[in-house]
Amino acid sequence: MASIELRKIRKAFGAVEVIKGVDLEVRSGEFMVFVGPSGCGKSTLLRLISGLEDITSGDMLFDGKLVNALAPSKRGIAMVFQSYALYPHMTVYENMAFGLTLEKGHGKEEIRQRVEKAADMLQIRQYLDRLPKQLSGGQRQRVAIGRAITRDPKVFLFDEPLSNLDAALRVATRIEIAKLHESMNNVTMIYVTHDQVEAMTLADRICVLRDGVIEQVGTPMELYEKPNSVFVAGFIGSPKMNFISGEKAASFGAETVGIRGEHITIVPDNGIWSGTVIHTENLGADSYVYLEMGTEEPVVVRLDGPNTYHSGDIVHISPMDDKVHRFDGAGKPIA
Amino acid sequence: MATDTIASAASAGRPRIKSELMQQRVRAARWFLLPMMIALAVVAGWPLLRSIYFSFTDASLTDLYGAEWIGIGNYLSWRTLDSGRTIYRGLLVDPAWWNAVWNTVRFAFWSVLWETVLGMIVALVLNAEFRGRGLVRAAILIPWAIPTIVSARMWSWMLNDQFGILNDLGLRLGLLSQKVAWTATAETAMTAVLVVDIWKTTPFMALLILAGLQMIPKDIYEAAEIDGVHPVKQFFKITLPLVRPALMVAIIFRVLDALRIFDLIYVLTPNSAATKTMSVLARENLFDFDKFAYGSAQSTLLFLIIAAFTILYIWLGKVNFDGGDR
Repeated sequence: MASIELRKIRKAFGAVEVIKGVDLEVRSGEFMVFVGPSGCGKSTLLRLISGLEDITSGDMLFDGKLVNALAPSKRGIAMVFQSYALYPHMTVYENMAFGLTLEKGHGKEEIRQRVEKAADMLQIRQYLDRLPKQLSGGQRQRVAIGRAITRDPKVFLFDEPLSNLDAALRVATRIEIAKLHESMNNVTMIYVTHDQVEAMTLADRICVLRDGVIEQVGTPMELYEKPNSVFVAGFIGSPKMNFISGEKAASFGAETVGIRGEHITIVPDNGIWSGTVIHTENLGADSYVYLEMGTEEPVVVRLDGPNTYHSGDIVHISPMDDKVHRFDGAGKPIA
Repeated sequence: MATDTIASAASAGRPRIKSELMQQRVRAARWFLLPMMIALAVVAGWPLLRSIYFSFTDASLTDLYGAEWIGIGNYLSWRTLDSGRTIYRGLLVDPAWWNAVWNTVRFAFWSVLWETVLGMIVALVLNAEFRGRGLVRAAILIPWAIPTIVSARMWSWMLNDQFGILNDLGLRLGLLSQKVAWTATAETAMTAVLVVDIWKTTPFMALLILAGLQMIPKDIYEAAEIDGVHPVKQFFKITLPLVRPALMVAIIFRVLDALRIFDLIYVLTPNSAATKTMSVLARENLFDFDKFAYGSAQSTLLFLIIAAFTILYIWLGKVNFDGGDR
């Protein structure tokens, strides 16, 4: 059980400031996801929490206690790295047990039980005698997670753990991590990803970062329904939210209006807007229709079921009234 | 991993059905190897065979081509006197030779040991990130880049009993009570040679170990940090096992070099029995004493000793020259 509090955290590498004042509270037992485009500082923030990097200024508190200068091993954390970072010369068992054997007060038998328990949870018991190089990527990632579980941490840190896996394995492992969170509900988890789908599916709360500052913190649905900036609106949700500015937006009393593809309906002839179909994508269960209608990027309409339109068709569309997001010139929502 | 697959594919394909591509590759490989094999045969194979041949003859410098076969006489011969005493002669019972063997082994052991320890320390320092690392890396190679003859002369001047800077410093600092003839005194000659060799070759060792260290992924150390591994333990449990393949190759390079040591000793302590090594002794017999056949026998034995040692080392140390130990 650990709550983490970040107060005015800043981190600079030489003259480059990467984290520019972050205030954040991660509640005890929560699954928090840091998400943002590459270079936004999300991994750096995780490394600051882990203690692998020093904080330039600000305070970091674990359960109300200052940990600014505390060594990583004393913070009660475990970390799963993107590259797994397994010890290549040790067997799976040794990898998982290594941390425990260094701590005082764990008997051989206790260590064995803890390793085996974690191995059972992740179904890697049959690999305990193998070396990491004899395992596939997915199995290695399980070992890395197993190593973290064995340490029985208060805080679990994940640094883009799925990005080296193929698509199918990524979905499977994502589900495993979600299950892990359920079964270890007193462990605080912080998860870094650039993939908004991972963020939406795993998080209790998401923290969207951009250029070293927090854009918004909230539950996945809060971010989806009430993004508090154009950036968050565009980052969360797939396909990306459509943004329409200029005259078309002015009629809504906004500088920019945002409308998600799933909130646009194609109507016979009395729509607010009309456009030419330039491209279509069939995904089976649903389909995307791309419309050219004078906006910067084509407008995407998401349809249920297979698509019936063709390039060159002119269609009329209408946004669902209560789903239109209005933004002012600074990219902030208009209430 | 990659080489494993290629190797296994090659062996699996051996029962005749070789793909055209594989055949092409094998052909190309042979052509690329050919010049190398010819060069080796000419500059290494032939002289070696000649040397071995001469060691079984009575060759002398004045009459190399009139040499006659005398069997193993240069290695061991014996004669039973009328009194019933048997007298053994030859290389295998020559105390000067065994002294040289002992000197060489002693030299190789201590020089490689110190070079490994110091080289590891230097490599660990150079592997850390600090300002001006590139400059330091280049600077540390200087002793190794200087030709041995030059650095040996330089050191022999510094070690000089009358005018050497080391004696001068030692006296001024009160470390010495009188000037020492470092290279001429039997007790200090070996140490002097060792110091110069270690000074000269540690950079080479450091460079090879550094290359090995840089192969170790950084995130492993971060994982170790989170596991709370003490730095000393980190070195012995993580760094050392992972750098071992590179270290083993570096050590064998150095041991082979050390067992053949010639130039440094030839310049620094040419006539000291305390430092005379197998190579120095063999050269002396070959050219200075006009015992060409005897010198050839010594060269041959030197070759055999080094070969035996190398095979033993590779076999016992499970050295993997392709670096695929992980």
